[in-house]
Amino acid sequence: MNGLFTEVVNFTPLTSVIGGLLVGTAAALLFAGIGRIAGISGMLHGLFSAEPRSGWRLSFLIGLIAGAGMYVLIWPTDIPVRQGFPMALLIVAGLLVGAGTRLGSGCTSGHGVCGIGRLSTRSLVATAVFMITGVLAAIFLRHMLGITP
Amino acid sequence: MKTNLVALAAGLLFGFGLALSHMADPDKVLAFLDVVGGWDPSLALVMAGAVLVFAPAFFLINRTSAPWLGKTFHLPTRTNIDHRLIGGAALFGLGWGLAGYCPGPALAALSFNAHEAIPFVASIIVGGWTARWLDAANRRRH
Repeated sequence: MNGLFTEVVNFTPLTSVIGGLLVGTAAALLFAGIGRIAGISGMLHGLFSAEPRSGWRLSFLIGLIAGAGMYVLIWPTDIPVRQGFPMALLIVAGLLVGAGTRLGSGCTSGHGVCGIGRLSTRSLVATAVFMITGVLAAIFLRHMLGITP
Repeated sequence: MKTNLVALAAGLLFGFGLALSHMADPDKVLAFLDVVGGWDPSLALVMAGAVLVFAPAFFLINRTSAPWLGKTFHLPTRTNIDHRLIGGAALFGLGWGLAGYCPGPALAALSFNAHEAIPFVASIIVGGWTARWLDAANRRRH
């Protein structure tokens, strides 16, 4: 199948849409239940900031890890485990994600799903920006550094 | 207590959904972002599916007076597009595309790929602290 720039590979439309619907339902549940936006970077940074009453953040994040863990218990070999990725690159990338989400007030969930869902202009702009730099960085990683699976 | 239980349930659903959609596999995310390499459009459908549910739910729920638990809805108040938003999003995207993890999937990967997820999540936290510290130092100077 031909895509815009290249051939389409490993496309999993069914599990992707169902997974996305679950993520959206989870975000709706959090908002309806306790009036909070499901922004993962905000919760992670919020755990360590001075603001008290972080119990809901910790609970959600523990649930997130456990929810993925349940999936892996049911289908143990379904998600491949990446091996041999350079540790230095992983740490640099993590630092960029941490600093960027703190400065930009959000990530793929807070801006990309919830912000766009709320029709927030800030989130639309942020999502466009991180998609563009994400594409550039991935092309750099795979075609210039030559790090491919 | 009830607040934490609702948050836990929402988190479970969120993490299960991320795992089902394989977004916790960084190579699948990179195959989406690398548009010139053999493109896997799956991530776009994950976001579309999530927005499809959340958008109508948000507008219906936001018309009610309060959440089931708690007095008010907590929504972002800023509306300005400034260099912090743009610069922050740009840095985040660079980190995302360099390793294939954004915060949610990195946390999900703690459950089955700890040798990558632990250093990555720790780096997110340190990066966040650093940004906040630099930001505070910057504000003191001005």
